[in-house]
Amino acid sequence: MSINEDEEILYAEEVYTRASWKKTLLTLFLFIMVLTLGVLATTIGASSLGISESLHALLAELIPGEEVSHFAQVVVLQLRLPRILMAIITGMSLGVAGAVMQGVLRNPLVSPFTLGLSSGAACGAAIAIVLGVGILGTGQYIIMINAFLFSLLTMAVVYGIARIRGTSIETLILAGVAMGYLFSAVISLLQYASGNEQLREIVFWLMGGLYATKSESVIILIPIVLFITILLMRYSWDLNAMSAGEEVASSLGINVSQVRMICLFLSTVLTASVIAFTGIIGFIGLVSPHLCRLMIGSDHRYLIPWSGLTGALLLLVSDTIGRTMISPTEIPVGVVTSFIGVPFFLYLLVRRKRRWWQ
Amino acid sequence: MKLSVKELSFGYGSTSTLEDITMEVDEGKIVSLVGPNGAGKSTLIKCIDRILKPRKGTVFLDGKQAAMLTSKDFSKMMGYVPQSTHEVFPYTVFDVVLMGRRPHIGWRVNANDVKIVAKTLKFLGIEDFASRYFDELSGGEKQKIAMARAIVQEPEFLLLDEPTSNLDIRHQLEVMNIVKKLVLQRRISAVMAMHDLNLASRFSDIVVMLKDRGIYTMGDPVSVLTPENIEKVYGVKSEVKNGHMDRPYIMPLEPI
Repeated sequence: MSINEDEEILYAEEVYTRASWKKTLLTLFLFIMVLTLGVLATTIGASSLGISESLHALLAELIPGEEVSHFAQVVVLQLRLPRILMAIITGMSLGVAGAVMQGVLRNPLVSPFTLGLSSGAACGAAIAIVLGVGILGTGQYIIMINAFLFSLLTMAVVYGIARIRGTSIETLILAGVAMGYLFSAVISLLQYASGNEQLREIVFWLMGGLYATKSESVIILIPIVLFITILLMRYSWDLNAMSAGEEVASSLGINVSQVRMICLFLSTVLTASVIAFTGIIGFIGLVSPHLCRLMIGSDHRYLIPWSGLTGALLLLVSDTIGRTMISPTEIPVGVVTSFIGVPFFLYLLVRRKRRWWQ
Repeated sequence: MKLSVKELSFGYGSTSTLEDITMEVDEGKIVSLVGPNGAGKSTLIKCIDRILKPRKGTVFLDGKQAAMLTSKDFSKMMGYVPQSTHEVFPYTVFDVVLMGRRPHIGWRVNANDVKIVAKTLKFLGIEDFASRYFDELSGGEKQKIAMARAIVQEPEFLLLDEPTSNLDIRHQLEVMNIVKKLVLQRRISAVMAMHDLNLASRFSDIVVMLKDRGIYTMGDPVSVLTPENIEKVYGVKSEVKNGHMDRPYIMPLEPI
């Protein structure tokens, strides 16, 4: 089809261009919102630091010559900031992984949870807690490393099972659900067999949370999460095409099984890396993509960053509320996430009359 | 561009669904594949489009082996329209059609891609649907959008899997007219799996009749769509009359 330069602008062209601009601006807006709330969150907490004092402590890091008390510096930079950054990257990872997994498997019910990854990680952690041994020897990080490796192992098994029957999506999801049950059974067994102290630790791990965040974990995670997110975003077009079905995607020149394997692997690594540090944080991976689809549609070029930012926002707000509402005691973040997220999600479901999962 | 299929066979496991298919499609032609359910019409379409990997045999494009092309280059030559399209998640019509530009673009969509999609929507008379959600549309509208997606691929061949089987008579004619117009205007060729013998008769240059995994006969509609062939292939007694534009008009009477 030849295109003349001086041709009139067509109606559909205009509609699309306008919609794209709107989505780009909204993405920018969401990004700024995450940053702003992140900064704001550094000013609230159990210790009685004023807003200006907290902000000063933050600024002092960036601008040399600013004077702040040592106490403010410790609270803001060593206690609050790592945890806030952790909330943002964890939420982001879960949101991105959820969007990609749902897209690649064409199923709105998929999340790291339904595919058995979370249970796998929990099982790995529980084994390390109770038996004190990990796949890679013993030491300080065995719980995390075990959780991480068990997650990857779960995906490998699930994918391998599905592969036997020609990578059917349904087989893969069902295998994931089944593996989840198996791991839950192992966790129950370990809980039953474990002593008081260990039991407590397992329960905490299963509930998940950001209270144990260390600066080192954040420093390890940021590059991993950003790198994988960018890699996954490069598959946006393929994911869009795959949502129309394997045949159409393949006729558009996409190697469906290869893209599926790469995307599942990357999103598994993404999920596994964060939950190894935080324990199980459910809900965000499932719901964040849906929230975003209701707001900006399913184009993965926008959906992936949006779902990540929404996940970050959701977890940041939940964790901030969780750690401040009845401080010095904390409400587990999973509880807050569900209390805030579920009503919001249900509201959007009812208000919008879109029924794409039929 | 000329398409030739040489001694192509396909099967799942130990069962075979296509055996020794040899046929040619010349540039600017409409070819219909007809035959009873399970004769292998859709399978043949999918083998030509490399969606299914044939067990044996080769597809040539202007004498070159299609299997040697990269999947991206191949997808610039073949547009595929499935029998029905279902989107699990909400996409706008524009987004669905834009996916057809996938073989041509990297990560960024440029103004040219957007223009081609907009023009194609206008060409098909569905411009007003651009910002509507795909799943809200009727079967006929969806079919046109699936065609639009294949058209923006700018292929040399259009492969259609039973394009009219779920449509009302108006949409059936509209869809067939689009195929005809494309073939005439752009000198592309179309290969369609068809159930409706009368539509196949009216719109095709060549009819290929499949039976029991192989080609029973092929040729122009008048020579292929005869009561004898229909009886042999479908097991149905029929009357064939002279229809619109001197194309055979088939009236099925009763199964034998």
